[in-house]
Amino acid sequence: MSTRTKPEVVIATGAAGNLGKLVIQELHRQHAVVAVDRRPIRGLPKDVTQLRTDVRWRQIEDVFRTSRVRAIVHLGLIHNPRGEDDQYRFNVVGTQRLLELTAKYGVDRFVMLSSANIYGPDPDNSYFLTEDAPLLGAEHHHEIRDLVAVDRIVQNFFYRHPEVKTVMLRPVHIVGPRVKNAPSNYLRLERPWVITGFDPIVQLIHEEDVVRAMMLASNYGESGVFNIVGPGEAPLSRILQVLNKKTRSVPAFLAKPILERAWSVGASGYPPPELRHIQYNCVVDGSLAKRKLGFQPHYNLVDTIRSVVEYRR
Amino acid sequence: MSRLSRFVDRLIPDRVLEKTAQLPADVGELGVDPFGYDPKLVKYVATPVEWLYRQYFRVQVHGMANVPDGRVLLVANHSGQLPFDGMMIGTSLILDRDPPRMARSMVEKWSARLPFVSVFFARVGQIVGTPENCRRLLAREEAIMVFPEGARGISKTFDKRYQLERFGQGFMRLALETNTPIVPIAVVGAEEQAPSFANIESLAKLMQMPAFPVTPTFPLLGPLGLLPLPSRYSIYFGEPMRFEGHGDEEDEVIFRYVSEVKAKIEEMLEAGLKARTSIYL
Repeated sequence: MSTRTKPEVVIATGAAGNLGKLVIQELHRQHAVVAVDRRPIRGLPKDVTQLRTDVRWRQIEDVFRTSRVRAIVHLGLIHNPRGEDDQYRFNVVGTQRLLELTAKYGVDRFVMLSSANIYGPDPDNSYFLTEDAPLLGAEHHHEIRDLVAVDRIVQNFFYRHPEVKTVMLRPVHIVGPRVKNAPSNYLRLERPWVITGFDPIVQLIHEEDVVRAMMLASNYGESGVFNIVGPGEAPLSRILQVLNKKTRSVPAFLAKPILERAWSVGASGYPPPELRHIQYNCVVDGSLAKRKLGFQPHYNLVDTIRSVVEYRR
Repeated sequence: MSRLSRFVDRLIPDRVLEKTAQLPADVGELGVDPFGYDPKLVKYVATPVEWLYRQYFRVQVHGMANVPDGRVLLVANHSGQLPFDGMMIGTSLILDRDPPRMARSMVEKWSARLPFVSVFFARVGQIVGTPENCRRLLAREEAIMVFPEGARGISKTFDKRYQLERFGQGFMRLALETNTPIVPIAVVGAEEQAPSFANIESLAKLMQMPAFPVTPTFPLLGPLGLLPLPSRYSIYFGEPMRFEGHGDEEDEVIFRYVSEVKAKIEEMLEAGLKARTSIYL
């Protein structure tokens, strides 16, 4: 009886993040949203309920007790390359906890944002990796380790709880005027590095197109894992040409030690494994999302590229 | 810069421009296809390569009419230490076929680790040879060039010239799975461009190369010694071979089909060698 009278809500984690805010603004048009983050949340619509807590703590369960949670939109993974000490635990245990609550309270949907970086750039990669390609991204990049672990937990959940519509999205590099991730910051550099003699094929997607994909995923009638691909692919050099960038060409054997040094003394914000992204291909196939979710990016490639330098907040 | 590029553009002969302009391509917003191939660059590469094709190797082509439109696997013998045989087959499909076709060869995986080489291959339409890549290209109705002998073939020593090494079987499974015709190709002349007396495997391993050949000019003349000798090339395109199946057959069945292709190429090589009147002159 009591479930009928409870208000229906959607929980969105990672609400303090730039992408989180965009997703919540969109979700807010259709649902009552509870925005969760352990960081201070700013700049959300006034009638969005804000909850500043760690998803591993008890406080989050109160939402489930007092409301009927229709869906969890999980954007709350930390991608800080400088790695707060408990980042791995926060990501893995936090996701596990949300899934437990999803099962316990009969939540209809669980939507999660992962990344296509989970496959990892590699010279042996085929073009257009599908969703069942091996997740090798953690081999060189420890930050990806969290994503791989979380991916496993969520995939396991698919089988144990088929009644929950669980969707995991693996978008390519997200860029846009508001996001401040490694690819966007790289494209904003005055003179970005390139690796001498290498020019990998790169895929980018506009932040608003990712939000659109998240919305489609949160209304999708089944479970699934989907690569989310933007408006096509291009060699890195051509992307930099669109932005009129002068580049600094660094041979691979120098680039790695220099960046490792710079990174360790805090002179660079780019973790050394990111270099592989400007050396090797990690091109994924987005046709499944197109077919099943009906996802199509709205921004074309040139506009997507230019969006990184349009406006910053 | 634009003056330089105008100057370079003037160096391209009209016959090359005319052929390369006809190459079909499905390019995106920034001028490359999904695999990084830039059809606009082909004319620049084709100009020096045309010289190699016409003046240096003096390539004779037989049976070009056997190369169909639509998806096709071009299966050839492999020799000559450096893949000029692949380059010449590809060039023949551009210069001596009407309409011209861009052959996309399945290149060695290690090339993706090499600076400049990896980019060059990608821009001129050559792709790392994984089954997934091949499947995708066939689905796009492309012409795929395969050397089933792989490194075994290209780096073999001169005493084994024109003897086919063991054929890989992957191409046959893909042909069956995708119902793709196979055009057998025999290349005569590439063996003599770099006769190798020995392949020093330990050095090859040390330098992370597929082979370390010893030829009359290499390593004696250093990198210059890698230049091929001007042997006369003949390329024979056989009639398309079609095999029925699904690609998941037992190894023995696949082996039998592969042997048929191999036997056909052997037969064409033998006939080609008999018809040859001069190796270098």
